[in-house]
This record gives sequence, C-alpha cells and structure tokens, in this order.
Amino acid sequence: MTIVAAVSVPQRGIALDVRAVKIVIQRDLIRTVQDRTRFVAALVQPLLFLFVLGAGLSSLTQGSTGALDLQQFMFPGILATSTLFTAVFSAMSIVWDREFGFLREMLVAPVRRSSIIVGKALAGATVATVQGTLVLVLAPVVDVPLNATLALTLLGEVFLLSFTMTAFALAIVARITQVQTVMGLMQVLILPLSFLSGALYPLSNLPGWLSVVTRLNPLTYAVHPVRAAVFEHLSMSPEVRQRLNPPITWGGWIVPTSVQLLLVAGIGAALLAVAVVQFQKVE
Amino acid sequence: MTAVEVEGLRKSYGEVVAVDGVDFTVARGEAFGFLGPNGAGKSTTIKILCTLASADAGTARVAGFDVRTQRDDVRRHIGLVFQDTTLDGYLTAEQNLRFHAELYGMPRQSVQPRMRQVLEMVGLWERRGSKVLTFSGGMKRRLEIARGLMHSPRVLFLDEPTVGLDPQTRNSIWEYIAQLREQEDITIFLTTHYMDEAEHCDRIAIMDVGKLVALDTPAALKASVGHDRVTIRTADDDLAAQALPDAVRTADGIVISTEDGASYLPRLFATLDVPILSVSVRRPSLDDVFLAYTGRTIRDSEQAAGMPAFISAMVRR
Repeated sequence: MTIVAAVSVPQRGIALDVRAVKIVIQRDLIRTVQDRTRFVAALVQPLLFLFVLGAGLSSLTQGSTGALDLQQFMFPGILATSTLFTAVFSAMSIVWDREFGFLREMLVAPVRRSSIIVGKALAGATVATVQGTLVLVLAPVVDVPLNATLALTLLGEVFLLSFTMTAFALAIVARITQVQTVMGLMQVLILPLSFLSGALYPLSNLPGWLSVVTRLNPLTYAVHPVRAAVFEHLSMSPEVRQRLNPPITWGGWIVPTSVQLLLVAGIGAALLAVAVVQFQKVE
Repeated sequence: MTAVEVEGLRKSYGEVVAVDGVDFTVARGEAFGFLGPNGAGKSTTIKILCTLASADAGTARVAGFDVRTQRDDVRRHIGLVFQDTTLDGYLTAEQNLRFHAELYGMPRQSVQPRMRQVLEMVGLWERRGSKVLTFSGGMKRRLEIARGLMHSPRVLFLDEPTVGLDPQTRNSIWEYIAQLREQEDITIFLTTHYMDEAEHCDRIAIMDVGKLVALDTPAALKASVGHDRVTIRTADDDLAAQALPDAVRTADGIVISTEDGASYLPRLFATLDVPILSVSVRRPSLDDVFLAYTGRTIRDSEQAAGMPAFISAMVRR
C-alpha cells in the first residue's frame, strides 16, 4: 500500500489569477490552431471582400477614388472588420463552453471569475491579431506599401479594437445559455455596427442622420486610426485624402488619433467590467 | 476532523422546498452515500456543499471550511465529478488535466508526476495524447475522476458517478474508488439511485422529499427492516412444515423468517429429516430498506417525481 503525500494547493493570490488568465488564453489558442475550418473561413472573408467585392465594384467607382485604387481604399476597413468578426466569434465560445459543460469546470475552480473573463478577452484579442497578421500579408498584393512601423502600428490598433469588441461580445453573451440565441443576436448587432463604422465607405458627404450615427458608434473610432495609418503611407492629392479619409470632428474639433484610441480603450475597459459583473451572476 | 458537517440545511426554489432541514456528519476517510430518487434533494445538497448554490438556512462545513464564508478554501479542497461531462472534447486528456492544474494553482513540479499517477490509476495514461471527443462515455467518466483527483482533494464529490455506463465500466469505477481509499487520505461523498451501488459505501443516508429518513451502515439499515427469508423445497413439504413451527407455506415452498440466514441453514439441515430439494436465502436489500422508510420503491418514487422534475428543468432554462 502506498500512501500518497498530500499535494498542497497554494493560497490565492495574484500569481494564481495570472496563471488562470494564461491558461484560458492558451486553451483558446490551442483550439484555434487546431480548428482548420475556422482558420480557412476566417481568411476567406477578407479575400472575398478584397478581391471579389473590391475588384467588382472598382469599375463603378473609377474616378471617384481619384488616383487611389478601390482595393487600396478598402484594405484598412477590411482589416478591421475581419478581425472584428474573429474577436466576436472568440467571445461567443463561452456559450459553447456552457452548452458542452466545460464552463462548469472553470466556474467551480478557486479563482476569481474576473480572471476567466479577462483571459477570454485577451484570448479573443490575440486570436484576432494573429488573423490580422495574415490579412497584412495581402497588403503588397493590393499595392499598400508595408513597412515594419506601419505593420506594428496596425497590429497594435487591431489588438485594441479586437479587445474592445471581445469585451463587448462577452458583456452580451455572459448570461446567454443557448448557442442559437447568440448566433442570431450577433448577426443583428455586428453587421449594423460595422456598416455604421465607416469601415467600408468614407465618412465624408454622408446624409445627416448617418454622419450622426457614425459619430456615436464606438467602432468608428477604432476603424479610423487603422485607415489613417494606412493612408499616411499612400500618396494622393490633399483633395482626395480629404474626401476619402476625412478627420472625425466633434462640433468642429478634430478628434486626434490618440484621443480616439484612448476612447476605444476606455470603452473596452468599461465593457469588460460589465462582462465581469454579468458573469458573477452566473450560477 | 470531520470531512463534512451539515446542520439544519434548508433550500427552496420558489415554492418548492428542495432541502428541508438536513443534519449529518461524514467522518474523514469515510465513503458516504446519498441515496434517493431523482428530485429528493440529493443534488441540491451536493451543490450547496460544493459552493455552487447557497443555502437559505443552516450551516455546512467541508474539509473544515464554511461553504458560505470560505468558498475558495472549500473549492481548493474538494474534487468534483458531475453527472454531465465537463471536459473539453477538442483538447487531449493531458491538456484537460493541465488546464485543471493551472486553474487550481498546483505547484508546477508536482503537475507531471501527479498527472501520470491519476491517469495510470484510471488506465488512461496511454491515451493521454488523444482528443477527448474520441473517448467512449466510460473513458470520459474515468478521465473526469482523474481530473477531480489532480489537486489531491480532501473530499471527492461524485454525483451519480456510474449513471449511463455499462456494467463492466461501472465495476471498474468502483474498483478505482476502492483503490483510491486505500492510497489516499480522502473522503468520498457520492450520490446514487442504484441500490446495489450504495452497498459500496460505509454509510448511507436515504433522502426523500428534502429530508433524511435514515442514516446508517448498509448492514444496519438492512437489519433494521427485518430478517432474512429462507425458502426451501423438500420432498414432502407437509412433513417439513410440521417440523418447522415458524414456517409459512407459500406457492414457492416453505418460507422461514430468521435473523441470520447463513447460520440458520446448518441448523435447518440438522433438524430436518425430509430430503431438501432446494434452498434459497434472500437478505433484505436496500430496495426493501427504501420501501420500509419511505413506503414506496425507488422506482415508484422516480415515476412520481418525473413530471415535476421535467417541468422544473424547463423552468430553469
């Protein structure tokens, strides 16, 4: 008969919560890498937008984009929207976890629930940034000149954007128990949000109501810095630049990129707090 | 130290009283069985003990910690195996256990040896690299038991550990549990509605409509409901019945009620001159015990409870 020495579980502390956050991220990464279907699907969407929609519509828009190719114009918007979808999808996995029971394994562990939510939000942002890297590989194909500074700037902005979007989705799905509900809900929320963000069209000369709504949409402030960064590296006349990438203004004040990014980060943090509160109520 | 101490526990869901004033203690190292039909309040009690639900009244201490005020300490010292699987099918067995080890903050150097130990115990070490979705139901349950043991809990809670498994797997699960009790300083708390399985426990609590109706060792519970029944068939039942004043003649043969059937048989053979054709001794089963304490068989109770349980499941969704 062998007596097994008791393995003592260390006391709670910040180190334990950090380990919990890390393992939640690690699990999501393992699952993303393994899921080839999802990987391919995540790449097909930007390809479709860029080379089918972009190429097809460019015959209509020739002239209106000036010296710029429509695909060049669309590239930053597509980078933003495709990573946004990935981020939201990543957050939705928590509903799958609930349906298949695995969520319970996390809920009964002696860790703070906020660690699980923070882990999920960072996992969504990481997975989306990895996808963003793959979309960036397409940049030279559509004549967007890419250098290290631009690539790092874009990936940083994509990380921030997808973190906020994951937090947004987590706040909504934290208490939803059925996969079907969540699929429908996300369709209803995500498409309008991205259509109203100026990701797919310039924010100049919009009808009055639309220019108000786009200014109220937090996603606008996440998409604009991405386009601004790309446009800095494209050469075009000031008139074309003004028409295709007008600055965002609040009552005449031009909102600087730094303020936009801070705004997105602040909204992300607030939504994350909402997600944590929602998740505390889960039994 | 007592492993589990429960006093005056109460819990209602709206109008329905699930647990209605329950008191008991479980000693360290004991295998304690919670027996009762579906809807008797077993699962609610176990949820309260595992800090997954809070009681309306009463106190409960697990591994020395109060389930209400020391939630995380309780969680650190218990292992849980649920009826429904809580594994990630897309991860391997090993990845599932690693996830658990990290969430429970196990010391890093102890993770690998402990993983090997628990996986070998349930016979899954060779399959550690396979994805869990390729596992059979029995293998999944074994892996869940291994995972519940990863962090060396003081109390292992098993909620219907063998439900839905084939008889062979059920047996092997009981073998692991027996082995576990030999090798580790652990208390086992399980619920079941299989009467034959309750016999593996040191003590059994019978629960019915939110209350404990009996609590004792399986042998004592059986003894409390009556005697063994010895049924014999002989070459001449009339003659045999005359020789046995306490016997009752039935269609099955002559039935004698005796306190201990095993020691009665040699005496019977010595006193009876009539040739005996067949003998059967039936000890009272836990089914008889349940019947005696609740006035219903466990199967009747399940059918009666079936409808409300179904409705409450719908409401909870």
